[in-house]
Amino acid sequence: MSRPRSPFAPVVTRSALAALLAATALPAAAADLSVVSGPVGRDNEVLRQNLDRFEEMTGHSVEIVEMPSSTTDQFAQYRLWLSARNADIDVYRTDIVWAPQLASHFVDLKDAAGDAAGDHFESIIQSQTVDGRLIAMPMFTDAPALYYRKDLLEKYGLDVPETWDAMAEAARTIQQGEREAGMADFHGYVFQGAAYEGLTCDALEWVKSFGGGQIVSPEGEITINNPKAAEALDTVAAWIGDISPEGVLAYKEEESRGVWQTGKAAFMRNWPYAWALGQGDDSAVKDKFAIAPLPSGGDGSAATLGGWNLAVSKYSENQEAAIELVMFLSGEEAQKTRAIELTRLPTLKGLYDDPEVAEAQPSIPQWKEIFLNTVPRPSAPTTTNYNEVSKEFWDAVHATLSGERPAEASLKRLDARLTRLKGSGW
Amino acid sequence: MTSRPAPPAASRSALRAQRLRSAAMFLAPMLAVLAFVAGWPLARTIWFSLTDASLGDLAGAQWIGLNNYLEWFDYGDGDGEYFGLLADPGWWNAVGNTLRFALVTVSVETVLGMAIALVLNADFPGRGWVRAAVLIPWAIPTIVSAKMWAWMLNDQFGIINDVGMRLGLLSAPVAWIASGDTALIAVMIVDIWKTTPFMALLILAGLQMIPRDIYEAARIDGVHPVRVFWKITLPLVAPALIVATIFRGLDALRVFDIVYVLTPNNQQTTTMSVFAQQNLFQFDKFAYGSAASTLLFLVIAFITIGYIKAARLDLTGGGR
Repeated sequence: MSRPRSPFAPVVTRSALAALLAATALPAAAADLSVVSGPVGRDNEVLRQNLDRFEEMTGHSVEIVEMPSSTTDQFAQYRLWLSARNADIDVYRTDIVWAPQLASHFVDLKDAAGDAAGDHFESIIQSQTVDGRLIAMPMFTDAPALYYRKDLLEKYGLDVPETWDAMAEAARTIQQGEREAGMADFHGYVFQGAAYEGLTCDALEWVKSFGGGQIVSPEGEITINNPKAAEALDTVAAWIGDISPEGVLAYKEEESRGVWQTGKAAFMRNWPYAWALGQGDDSAVKDKFAIAPLPSGGDGSAATLGGWNLAVSKYSENQEAAIELVMFLSGEEAQKTRAIELTRLPTLKGLYDDPEVAEAQPSIPQWKEIFLNTVPRPSAPTTTNYNEVSKEFWDAVHATLSGERPAEASLKRLDARLTRLKGSGW
Repeated sequence: MTSRPAPPAASRSALRAQRLRSAAMFLAPMLAVLAFVAGWPLARTIWFSLTDASLGDLAGAQWIGLNNYLEWFDYGDGDGEYFGLLADPGWWNAVGNTLRFALVTVSVETVLGMAIALVLNADFPGRGWVRAAVLIPWAIPTIVSAKMWAWMLNDQFGIINDVGMRLGLLSAPVAWIASGDTALIAVMIVDIWKTTPFMALLILAGLQMIPRDIYEAARIDGVHPVRVFWKITLPLVAPALIVATIFRGLDALRVFDIVYVLTPNNQQTTTMSVFAQQNLFQFDKFAYGSAASTLLFLVIAFITIGYIKAARLDLTGGGR
């Protein structure tokens, strides 16, 4: 042997090369990024404001790729793009429940986030951590509330309802009164009843608040087939055509807000974004409404934990700039803008005590209380099967609400289908 | 069997061989393109339907035979259950919806299309404008028209309920696309509105091929117009009509966009394509979705072949 080979030689060369590349690449680092976002309400308008600010600070340019607002539609498209290793999209705005299903396509943000992760609510960071990898940074969190008309409750001498029965009763009284007063198309209560992910959220709240569990327990057991859950669904089914219009079975967030904001409903279940829009100048309910935690069915109030996050695609060609963008959009300045402009709930604990936020949106501290009562959808125990579990659940609920199948039969069928889907394990 | 008279000389067969060769050469590029854009994807879909592929890991697909179609799952105690597409009520529900949708829409579109074509075939002032105007629904992208109809059919803000209420036809607003009874009907109405012009156009083209002198002869003989329609127009336009219904039938059997926009995820309107899309992209069941796509292909192929046979349609271009 004339020349002993150093085992480090190749490594040294490669890292030297990398350093050289980095040194030459860095100065010209103005990247063109695209972020894909399915907005509700004015989301993308404010996102654009944030992006303008980001462009100013960094010299990168960012384009928004707009998507439909239905989370179910977005997911199918994103999955397709990611599976095709699409390099056109750098940053994805992701629903809180998608993390386990899409984790393998996203970059680990743990190092980039560093200590910043600790400033967010721990449960949210937890939900975005899959196998020890932090796959998305929270943008805002979501928890629904019961929107009610202050003026109408006062007019009919009613209290803010704390149970579903009291809510239905109040809704009936107001609906009857308003219809007699000439508003023929006035409704007591609107919510999201279309067959899509939103119905899963609404129905999980009913079932949970009646003490019927969370569809699938955190340990992965299927718990949905129980009398409390059936009672919850039968209760809601009786509202259709009574205090809720039959059309609610095709309503998503924006349709229910449409009815509410034109002053045609006494109560509405919706996410925080509806607050800022309801307070807009073109709103018929401006200054006439307030929020309360969703009513209880006997086992306390339950609000489905929602929220949106930002993830960086593994297939992006500008990962560093994309990570920079995600950190900026999940950071304090951007979250504060969203809280003030859109009542999107911050995930940074500190912002709830921020005087400017409290001044501009006095409802924010109230949302914190609701946020603390949230229940997660069973996306963690069901992992890659979550979407199908959710679809089976909303199908079963939709069938009951539309009067096709009573709750008991519907849940029995659901139980069988989930058992079959689960097989020997999720 | 008696054979034809043998070719007189070897030169004749050489010519024939040369012709065959050049025919093959002319056809080759087209066949290659077809194999590439139609054959290859189809073969891949069929292959995936026989594996356990998932969208996240297509390369790691393992052969599992026909289990996506039908599989006996033994619980281990002698008892068991059938799994797979052929045992999935969701799939059969989708098949039923699709067939109902195709049958109703194509029939109604044919009748309406024929009526419109007969009107457009007549001479009247401004005919060119009317022909152009009739085509507008067909020219609007399906997604746009479906969304437009979704708003028109909306129970709170929709113009259809508003007009119906004002005219006293409806006592209360109907939630057309929400309620189970009307959802499929609403989808059908939108599809009929959209594709009748297409049907009318194809039939009109057929009508214009009919020689005028036959009609003149009929008029001179004093044949009643209704009889003229049944005895002259219909038989002569039939080939065009059958081709048009095949086009529409194929289209209707793979309907996706209208349903997806108008009533997404609603079981009452789930069609075979929507079912396949859900499994392929929304759920983690790429192989199962591929199996659904394969069956969708087979169902359409059989129906089309059966229809062509039943109509005794000669697609080879010869005959008669």
